[in-house]
Amino acid sequence: MRRGALAWGVGVAALVVAVLGALAVGRFPIAPGQLWAILTGTETGTPAIVFWNIRAPRVGAAILVGASLAAAGAAFQGMFRNPLASPDLLGVSAGASLGAVLGIFLGLPVAAVQGLAFAGGIAAVAAVAALSSVVRGQGDPVLVLILAGIALGALMGAAISLLKILADPYNQLPAITFWLLGTLSAATREDILAAAPAALLGLVVLLLLRWRLNLLTLGEDEARALGVNTTALRAFAVAGATLATAAVTALAGAVGWIGLVVPHMARMLGGPDLRRLIPLSALLGAAFLLAVDTLARVAGRTELPLGILTAVLGTPLFLWLLVRARRGGAA
Amino acid sequence: MTTLLAAQGLSVGHGRRVVAAGISFTLETGQVLSLLGPNGGGKTTLLRTLLGLIPALAGEVRLDAAPLASLSRREVAHRLAYVPQAAPGGFAYAAREVVAMGRAARLPLLAAPGARDLALAEAALDRLGISHLADRPVTELSGGERQLVLIARALVQDARCLVLDEPTASLDFGNQARVLREVRALAVRDGLAVLMTTHHPDHALLVADAAMLLHGGAMTGPMPPADLITPARLRAAYGVDAVVGALATPQGERLVCAPLVAPP
Repeated sequence: MRRGALAWGVGVAALVVAVLGALAVGRFPIAPGQLWAILTGTETGTPAIVFWNIRAPRVGAAILVGASLAAAGAAFQGMFRNPLASPDLLGVSAGASLGAVLGIFLGLPVAAVQGLAFAGGIAAVAAVAALSSVVRGQGDPVLVLILAGIALGALMGAAISLLKILADPYNQLPAITFWLLGTLSAATREDILAAAPAALLGLVVLLLLRWRLNLLTLGEDEARALGVNTTALRAFAVAGATLATAAVTALAGAVGWIGLVVPHMARMLGGPDLRRLIPLSALLGAAFLLAVDTLARVAGRTELPLGILTAVLGTPLFLWLLVRARRGGAA
Repeated sequence: MTTLLAAQGLSVGHGRRVVAAGISFTLETGQVLSLLGPNGGGKTTLLRTLLGLIPALAGEVRLDAAPLASLSRREVAHRLAYVPQAAPGGFAYAAREVVAMGRAARLPLLAAPGARDLALAEAALDRLGISHLADRPVTELSGGERQLVLIARALVQDARCLVLDEPTASLDFGNQARVLREVRALAVRDGLAVLMTTHHPDHALLVADAAMLLHGGAMTGPMPPADLITPARLRAAYGVDAVVGALATPQGERLVCAPLVAPP
């Protein structure tokens, strides 16, 4: 179990470093020493106000978004036995994007845009599940589900493109583009409190099911022969992952790449057992997105979208890990 | 002896396409029943039907006297354990964890294996003489070792009937003998009912109490292996000439089946 201890150590250390780093940089840095004073209430001046109203909500949002996307990605990659699976496999991101883009297009207030994004993500996956159960017949249920997700995802992508063409190119189009790449720059404490219950509920479902989800990695026949009702188990897990992903996508926009890459990093570190992989992915996803968001705040004159940075930073890191970990287990 | 698995007038296939029909047999405690047949003859389709993974097209399967179609996945798993072929690949779980997965049907939905389940997994590994492999990733094991791990997984499932899909396929000579010895021991020592498919008629002669041959959409048998396995039937099913004859061994005389290769 040394590998487990090492993996947890790396995950926790990464998150602590990312949190301290996120607090310590920016227009108003908060040093680790000050942090203690703020948390214990002895410091109540400007640093405390900045911390409670600006920095802490943003750090919390990054942790919530990163953890949810990475945990959902780990669950999907295991249960669909596909290393290319990500949380948006069944259309949750496309549905949430369509909802948000529609909201921006109609000039709705921020809360309504977020609500539409959340509803869109849930509705998209529900439609994919309904469609696949109608056309399933004798075929492989997993394959039909994934193909239905790809088909509906393409349709929603077309609808988003149409809205982008119709949108006002000076106000709405930049807002839409920025949203589609993801950002936490506008996340308020209220936004986080609105997204947190659904995201945490989804995470808890995935954590509770995590041992049994291992059985789905054996394949449909073997899992059923072991006494698993694979249809019901998959439905619970998809519901949990979708809930978490839709909630954080409504909060932060469609942040790509995390749900695909972070589970691979966690697997190289801690092995394929979902009992460890799901919580470890959540930990690493939180640390990774927090680091990326910190960079997004301070790197440029204007804030960079998260989706660009996750790809720019994640790709070399991922390739490096891939080269180093060639010998360890299956991908 | 109790009948644990019974098929009556069974037709198997996919959708409306019947692969084999008129299949009837019973499997009792302490018995090894061997299923022979060429590739594509419907062995796998029959196994999947017996496991309840695909519906029977006609006839009935009874598991411990209950109609298979009336049982939930969990109830089936309590009565019938499946040992798939030890295919390479998959995820790098430790052998102990793979064996513990056999407890799935005995655990509540949200539970993971506890100390008792892991102790059962250790005992099953020990029972098969591979406790030294417990911490090794299954992806690093040899085919024979992986097959024994999968048998251990079926044992902790605590079912009285065991179905093995070609347990000796892709194993070397020594591992084939070791796996066959365990299969025999499961029936004789543990009183399990064992159904095993195999490509080798000789393996049926070696360990089976009864054998049946699935070929051309119809089942021959079950009957004693020595009656079933004849050069004429093997010629019809596999298209090769074979000899079946008695060989004196340290354990007494036994029937041996070997193929004949025509000189080039």
